[in-house]
Amino acid sequence: MAARPTSPLPAIAGVALATLYAIAFLAAESQLEVGGLLALAAAAVTLGGRVGLTDRVRDSIAAHQPTFDGMAVLGVLATALVLHQQHFAILMMTTALLLMVAALGLTVQFGFAGVVNFAGAAFLGIGCYTAAVITHYTPLPSILTLPIGGLAAALVGSILILPVLRTRGHYAALVTIAFGILFKTFLEVNDTLGGPQGMQVRPIVLLGWNFNSPIRLGSFTVSFYFSYLLLALALLVVCFALVRRLERSWIGLSLDAVRLDEVASACFGLDIARWKVLAFTFGNFFAGCAGALYGHVLGFIAPNNFTFADSLVLVSIVLLGGIGNAWGVTVAAAFVVILPEKLQLIQEYRFALYAVLVILILLFRPAGLLPRPLRTYLPGWTPKSP
Amino acid sequence: MSALLACTGLTCRFGGLVALDRIDVAVGEGEIVGLIGPNGSGKTTLFNVITGIYRADDGTVTFAAADITGARPQDVYRAGVARTFQRSRMCLPLTVFDNIMVGDHKRLDHGLVFNLLRRSAFTAELRRKWDEAAELVAVFSRPLAGRLGEPAARLAMIDRRRVEICRALISRPRLLLLDEPSAGMTHEETRELMDDILIVRDRMPGLTIVIIEHEMGVIERITSRCVVLNYGRKICEGAFAEVARDPQVQEAYLGAA
Repeated sequence: MAARPTSPLPAIAGVALATLYAIAFLAAESQLEVGGLLALAAAAVTLGGRVGLTDRVRDSIAAHQPTFDGMAVLGVLATALVLHQQHFAILMMTTALLLMVAALGLTVQFGFAGVVNFAGAAFLGIGCYTAAVITHYTPLPSILTLPIGGLAAALVGSILILPVLRTRGHYAALVTIAFGILFKTFLEVNDTLGGPQGMQVRPIVLLGWNFNSPIRLGSFTVSFYFSYLLLALALLVVCFALVRRLERSWIGLSLDAVRLDEVASACFGLDIARWKVLAFTFGNFFAGCAGALYGHVLGFIAPNNFTFADSLVLVSIVLLGGIGNAWGVTVAAAFVVILPEKLQLIQEYRFALYAVLVILILLFRPAGLLPRPLRTYLPGWTPKSP
Repeated sequence: MSALLACTGLTCRFGGLVALDRIDVAVGEGEIVGLIGPNGSGKTTLFNVITGIYRADDGTVTFAAADITGARPQDVYRAGVARTFQRSRMCLPLTVFDNIMVGDHKRLDHGLVFNLLRRSAFTAELRRKWDEAAELVAVFSRPLAGRLGEPAARLAMIDRRRVEICRALISRPRLLLLDEPSAGMTHEETRELMDDILIVRDRMPGLTIVIIEHEMGVIERITSRCVVLNYGRKICEGAFAEVARDPQVQEAYLGAA
C-alpha cells in the first residue's frame, strides 16, 4: 500500500466536474449540443485514462469515501437548484434517483447473493400500486406509502423466492420472468386496480404540505417536482448507505460466499436459503419503496409501465454499471434514464440499443464499466501486518 | 478409548455403483489418520458422506458421541468438523481475509442490527478477527500473513492450500478432514505444507486429522495409522509400514502379480 496519503482534491474536482457536466447536459436543448457534450465526455474519459488522471481520481475517491459521497449529494442538489424551474429536467433526475434505488436493490440480489431477478419492474410496480391503493382507498397518511410499498414488495417477493430457491441458473431466471409477465397480466384484468386503464396516485401530503405544489420563496419558484426530488434523494442516500454497510459486513461476505460456491459455503455453516431470502427481500423492499414514490411522481400508473422490457432496463443498469458495484449502478442508472430522453435520435430504438449495449458489455467488459472493487470493510483502512 | 469419529457399516450407492460398502472406521481424539486407496476407491465419497454433502444409504456416523448421520453440512460444521476440498474451492475474487472468515461463520455475529447499525462494535470485531486470521496464517507462512488484503486469485497454489486449511482451522474444529492437500503441488511444496500441518498440530493439541493423500511419503511421515479403501471397501488398516506390506494393498495399487 502507498504510504503517501492521497489528497481529497481529485475526488472533489471529479464531483465538481461531473456536476457541471450534468447541468450542461440536462440543460442542453439542441441535438447538436447533446451530441457535442457526449463527444466531449468520451474524449475526456479517454484522455484522462491515458494521462492517468482517472486513476488519481479513483485512488482519491477510495481514500476519502465519506467526503466523496457527501460531495456527490451536494452535486445532485446543486444541479437541481440550477435547473429548479425546468419541470422535465427535475422529473428526469427524480426518475433516475428512483431507478438507482431499484437498481441498488437488484445489486444486492444479483450482484451479492447471485439471485437473478428479471422482474424488477414488477416489484417497482407493486410499490406504485400500493401507493395508488393506499391513497385511493384508505385514509392513511400518504407518506406511509413508501414503507408500506416496500413491505408489500418484500412480502410478494417472499412468495416468489420459494420457486426461485428450488431452481437454479436459467430456470430461476425463467421463474422471475414468468412472474413479471404474470404481474402485468394480473393488473390488466383486475378491475379494482383499474384494469388496463390504470390508476391515479394522489400526491404525497406531508404536514399539510402538498408535494405537487410548487415551492415559492418570495420571487424564487421551483418546479412542483422538486419536493419529490428531495425525497427521492433522501431515499437513495438511506438505501445507498445500507447497501454499502451490508456489503462491508459479515452479511455481505456471506452473500458473496453463497454466490461463489454453494457447496463450500454449506460446509462452513452458511444456510444458503436463508441468505438468498435475505438478499431477495432486502432488494425487493427498496424496489418497492422506490416504486411507491415513483407512483406519486407519475401521478398516474398503468400496467404498461411495468413490462418485461422495463425489468430488462433494470438488469441492464446492473450489468452496465458493474455487477455488485453500488457506485457503478448509480452512475449507470443516470445514463440509462437520461441519455434516451436527451438524445431523441435513439429514443425510439432505446430498448434495442440497451440490448446491444448489454451484449457488448458482456463480451468486452463482463465485470461492467466500473468493476466491483475488493471489499474493504472500513474506508481507507489498511490494517497492520504482523 | 471412545472414538471422536466413528463410522459403522457406512454405505453409499450411486445407482448401481456401491461407492462405499459397509465401511467401519474409528478415529480417536488427537490422532492423525491417513485415508488411502487407488483413484475411485471412495475416499472423497467418505468425506462427503461424513460432512453431509451426500446421504448415507445405510450405516451411521457418530461424532463426539452424537449421531450425525444424515445431518446437513451446516450442522456437521457446527458440531466441529471442518474440511478442505480436493479441487480447491475458494472464493477467488474475494480477499484472503474474506476467504478465511467464511470458515469462521459460526462464530461471527450475523445480526442485521449489529452489521448495519452498530458499526463501531462491528469494527472492533473486525480488527480482532483480522489479528486472529493473521496470527493463524503466520503459523503457515509469515509473508502470506501480510497479504490478507489481496485477492485470493493472486496466490500461488501452495498459498491457496494454506488459506484453505486456515479457513478450515479458524473456527477451532475438533476434526479436520484434509482432502489431498498436495494435489497439484511439487514435492518441495508438499514437504513444506506437511511441515506446516505438523506445526499446527503441535499448536492445537487435541486436533484430530484425517488426511487423504496419494503421496506415500506424506502418509508415512505424518500419520500414526492409515485406512486403505479399494472399490468402496476397507481392505486394510494399521500403521503405514504394516499396511504397505499387506499383499491386498499391494495388489490394489500395483495389480495382481
